[in-house]
Amino acid sequence: MFGGIDPGLLIASLMVASVPILFAAVGELVVEKAGVLNLGVEGMMIMGAVTGFITAVQTGSPALGFAGGALGGAVLSLLFAVLTQVMQANQVASGLALTLFGLGLSSLLGQGFVGIKPPLTPDVPFGPLADIPFIGTVLFSHDPLVYLSVLAVAGVWAVLSFTRAGLVLRAVGESHDAAHALGYKVRRIRVLAILFGGAMAGLGGAYVSLVRVPQWTDGITAGAGWIALAIVVFASWKPWRALLGAWLFGGITVLQLNLQAAGSRIPVEYLSMSPYLITILVLVIMSSGRGRAALSAPASLGQNFHAAR
Amino acid sequence: MKRRHLLATAALGLGLAFGGAAAAQDKTKACFVYVGPIGDLGWSYQHHQGLLAVQEAYGDKVETAYQESVPEGADAERVLTQMALSGCDIIFTTSFGYMDATNAVAKKFPNVKFEHATGFKREAPNVSIYNARFYEGRAIQGHIAGKMTKTNKIGYIGSFPIPEVIMGINAYYLHAKKVNPAVELTVVWAMTWFDPAKEADAAKAMIEQGVDVIASHTDSTAPLAEAAKTGGKVIGFGQASDMAEYKPSPRVTSIIDNWAPYYVKRVGQVMDGTWESIDSWEGIASGEVELGEITDAVPADVKAEAEAMRDAIAAGTYHPFTGPINKQDGSVWLAEGATAPDGDLLGMGFYVEGITGDIPK
Repeated sequence: MFGGIDPGLLIASLMVASVPILFAAVGELVVEKAGVLNLGVEGMMIMGAVTGFITAVQTGSPALGFAGGALGGAVLSLLFAVLTQVMQANQVASGLALTLFGLGLSSLLGQGFVGIKPPLTPDVPFGPLADIPFIGTVLFSHDPLVYLSVLAVAGVWAVLSFTRAGLVLRAVGESHDAAHALGYKVRRIRVLAILFGGAMAGLGGAYVSLVRVPQWTDGITAGAGWIALAIVVFASWKPWRALLGAWLFGGITVLQLNLQAAGSRIPVEYLSMSPYLITILVLVIMSSGRGRAALSAPASLGQNFHAAR
Repeated sequence: MKRRHLLATAALGLGLAFGGAAAAQDKTKACFVYVGPIGDLGWSYQHHQGLLAVQEAYGDKVETAYQESVPEGADAERVLTQMALSGCDIIFTTSFGYMDATNAVAKKFPNVKFEHATGFKREAPNVSIYNARFYEGRAIQGHIAGKMTKTNKIGYIGSFPIPEVIMGINAYYLHAKKVNPAVELTVVWAMTWFDPAKEADAAKAMIEQGVDVIASHTDSTAPLAEAAKTGGKVIGFGQASDMAEYKPSPRVTSIIDNWAPYYVKRVGQVMDGTWESIDSWEGIASGEVELGEITDAVPADVKAEAEAMRDAIAAGTYHPFTGPINKQDGSVWLAEGATAPDGDLLGMGFYVEGITGDIPK
């Protein structure tokens, strides 16, 4: 069944395939931990994809391109922050609107950039390490963003679990009234979380347009943002599980295409639905084991906060 | 149920009212539904070029409208109903998956003309179907693939298992096999028309398996972008649109869908009242399917053979499906010298002999 598929190459490509959803999921996880539900991930991703692409093409530097992507995502998320944190608009509606707006705006911005090739993002030079069979292919043959995505997960996990800032962020997400009573600036913290989420989604989007598919096309993210949103929920708001979810999803997507290319006898219908099915199944089973506490969302998720209330 | 009926009736009434109003204004409204974004540089882009040609040809006498990225399914029916209500005189639905929605909505709006691309159902007198003989271009690509492959592994990224795609796969394989008996075909079904990342992954999976010529039946340029990363080892073809930005390699030639003449003709017929329900299936001969420039990455003799095949197809002296051809299970499909009847092609649900794997149901 696995005849002809090189496991090293497969693992290497699943890591690459998962980077966009992983960035977006980790960003959204922080946003939701702060008690804000931003459904605009898809919109922020595609904004990041187009602004990152434009920056990279104009400056000729992929690194600046990724910075531009993160900035583009963050700027769009600022709109969401103003709507929900300042004007107290409904978060679900604002998030959905953000996606629609992002899709339209990106298409407008990208009009002059269709059919252009961006500068190539080089792999991190590990020298002879990359030549080690299997391990070299899996661990030492990637571009910097692949490592950065794993570092981002580790960083978010460490900050949320072990630092004062992480504790404050979680407090804001669990009970904004209590956090406010303790003197924390609930809205300011939430705006910062939203900006972080936007930047991460933008980075993920830029990865799609600069590395995964090095080109700009309307609608290039094709729903990756929604997958990221789902992964945050199924990962029960835990960073490492989000990594697992993203890798499972990306991995099985790549695996099923490889199985098809290798001429497996498994019907294509089952292969095509397997990424969705298996990712959800695994994450649900993992969170069902330890009772309801493990499933719990941040208690203030999706609720607006106003100090006068 | 009752309410739906009421709505349908209301819709019908409104449609008539608007239709009448439009006729009174003497301005014909042509509407288009696209499955992808018009910036995909492939399928939807080419249909949109057709819309622009209609606008160009009739100027002030015509009004055009379009909606892009309309999902195939229930949403399509809603969009079509809305278009019919908004006074469209003719609506082009440009993807296979709109087939049932087109027919369902057409029955509710008998005064609006519907044109469905690549399907086979005409359930109302105001529905036409039109298609292009893409398989003619696939045959030429197969010839080039068979000659150019060094690993003897060629690939085809399928979108959905519908006759149009299966026809393409068969034509591609038959002509590669003809010039290179050792060739093996790998088919990967992406199960989407447009998802650049997934299309790129599909191409990547094939390349990792040693495939070095990739044809794709999805709508974006992503498979070519993936092939470009190999630095000339892997070649591919432009699909639906020329995709000239990947010249001279990996894109060595392309199939260009040129819908403009058909759209201009049909909108004109609506204007002068001669529109009739037809089943149109044009190919290289009429220019609806064009072969993009064959680049210098292809050896001169192969290029000459490919162009000769194109001219033979255009002249009607060669049919890409000429027997003897067996089906995958070994049973006879076409006897020696017989050419495939259109009916067989339009309902094609089998691979020809030599292709491994099953077609998803």
